[in-house]
Amino acid sequence: MLPELFFAYFAVTITGLSILVITRKNPVHSVLWMLVLFIHIAALYVFLNAEFLAAVQIIVYAGAILVLFLFVIMLLNLRKEEIEQKFQKQWPLGMLAGTLFILFFVIILNKFAVFPAPGEYSIQAIQGEGNIMVIGKVLYTEYLLPFEIASLVLLVAIIGAVVLAKKKISE
Amino acid sequence: MELNKLDLFSIRLIAPEIILISIALILILLDLVIKRKETIAFVGVLGTLTAAYVNYKLCAMGWTGSTLLGMFAFDGYANFFKLIFYINIILTIFISLRYMVLEEASFGEYYSLILFATSGMMFMASAVDLIVLYVGLELMALSTYILVGITRRQVRSNEAALKYFFLGAFSSAFLLYGISLTYGLTGTTNLKEIASALQNLNLLENPILFLGMILVIAAFGFKIALVPFHMWAPDAYEGAPTSITSFMSIGPKAAAFAALGRVLFDAFGPMHVQWSSILIPLSVITMAAGNIIAIAQTNIKRMLAYSSIAHAGYALLGIIAGTHGGLSSMMNYMAIYAFMNIGAFAVVIMLRSKGFRGEELTDYEGLAKSHPAASALMLIFMFSLTGIPPTAGFIAKFYIFMEAINAGYTPLVIIAVIFSAISAFFYLRVVMYMYMKEPKAHVTLSTSPAIFLTIAVTAAVTLILGLFPSLLVELAKMSIAGF
Repeated sequence: MLPELFFAYFAVTITGLSILVITRKNPVHSVLWMLVLFIHIAALYVFLNAEFLAAVQIIVYAGAILVLFLFVIMLLNLRKEEIEQKFQKQWPLGMLAGTLFILFFVIILNKFAVFPAPGEYSIQAIQGEGNIMVIGKVLYTEYLLPFEIASLVLLVAIIGAVVLAKKKISE
Repeated sequence: MELNKLDLFSIRLIAPEIILISIALILILLDLVIKRKETIAFVGVLGTLTAAYVNYKLCAMGWTGSTLLGMFAFDGYANFFKLIFYINIILTIFISLRYMVLEEASFGEYYSLILFATSGMMFMASAVDLIVLYVGLELMALSTYILVGITRRQVRSNEAALKYFFLGAFSSAFLLYGISLTYGLTGTTNLKEIASALQNLNLLENPILFLGMILVIAAFGFKIALVPFHMWAPDAYEGAPTSITSFMSIGPKAAAFAALGRVLFDAFGPMHVQWSSILIPLSVITMAAGNIIAIAQTNIKRMLAYSSIAHAGYALLGIIAGTHGGLSSMMNYMAIYAFMNIGAFAVVIMLRSKGFRGEELTDYEGLAKSHPAASALMLIFMFSLTGIPPTAGFIAKFYIFMEAINAGYTPLVIIAVIFSAISAFFYLRVVMYMYMKEPKAHVTLSTSPAIFLTIAVTAAVTLILGLFPSLLVELAKMSIAGF
């Protein structure tokens, strides 16, 4: 019963926090709610026995990325944003689509009860070997290729930032 | 030989990708020391040819199957698409040389990003695991967003890049959501294992898996620009530098088709009834909207954008057919489309000169009087895009329609033929403007040996494949064998 309660609290709170993030008028408030949101998501990782991911979530997202968000917000002058209407005219349509989606999920809830064969990394196996070690092993053997491609994606992002923002246009 | 191991042998099979990425990195460094950007472009072409040669050699050794612990497939299907990608890089670089100088955006990074985008496409074509598929797609997409916005002094280029980026990010979210639903139900991201889990866990009728599949199809629909996911395409195609418009109307589209074909056939193969029931309406409205809205366009880049949407609708018939023949006719279609579309865009690029955009349809009025050769070549490309024999465009459509009829989709083919006839209106209007109107203003063509070569090659291939279709059709059939 306790795990269910734990999960229910976080699931409901995360949904509520997400709504707060997109409805606040002041962008700084939105970002601060997002901080609370990220910490709750980190707690979900702990719930899944993934302590390392939880730590990374806090350090990278709550620590680094949110600070960048705040920097950008403070560099841009967003006073106008606060006065203007937050949502486009079509928001009821989006709301309707979202509600239908939720309804669909509620109707077919029992279909989620599918139990594929468990993989080799059960909770016992991970606890025996240690969280970081298992992630490291999987990342550098089985998932080596996607891991390396992801590093290229980051490189391209850096190149793009330099080309679009800094490159001098000279003859 | 055991292929499913992480060792030097299996790494050898991604040598073409490694070469292409290394060359892309070298190009960035060369940009610092070399002032003449043509040299950088030349190194890029040379690198692509090397990668293509190595790829050919690896093919010739006759290995197929998945490698790198079941992440990457080295098979005929992927290699056929890689051939399209290599041709796409080389021809794009050729048409860019003079044009990017005119646009004042001739950077070394431009050529490097083309190679990065293509390596992403190659990973997509080879991906047999949804994770590799996703990161490959991101590599391709991110590079393309930057290329679209690379002429950053032009507002419309900025707008195009931003629109493409937002909708692209949106579609990535769809893809990830679809992947996570599929993973949650089947417990694996490997395509073949998903297919066996579908049978073993009795998931064929499961609505959640169906939803996951719809989300994956929607995400690829964005990349292929299927209606109703096409909203970004006309703006992005118009705002991007024309060489990149040509690049992204072929590369990302072919890559997404490759991935879509593999995912639907390999992972969701047993659910053919379900996914074809989604794709059929998509294909019909894509052909309808693409061809009908194209009639109203006055900008040739926008017109070709809608034409590219419509062609995606035709090519989708090959996947809908659900047979190997259908898949090979889709591959055939993408290859022919690459040649005729790059050719058409090369002519559009030639019209651009200093202080003259040359993108309006009226700019083509009376072109046949002042530039008969360019007009004649444009005529070939327009005939081919319409699908008039003896051009390759006819062959592409013919085989895809034939395979769809063989698979029992005759009404769908009738609809496609009707829309194909409608498309003649806006393709042949360009021809009519060129040959039957009096020139309004004097148009100077920006020619260069590279662009001349591109147009010559694409026109020749368009005609040769129209006359001897078996060359390509046999290659596509051979590639698909054992898929």
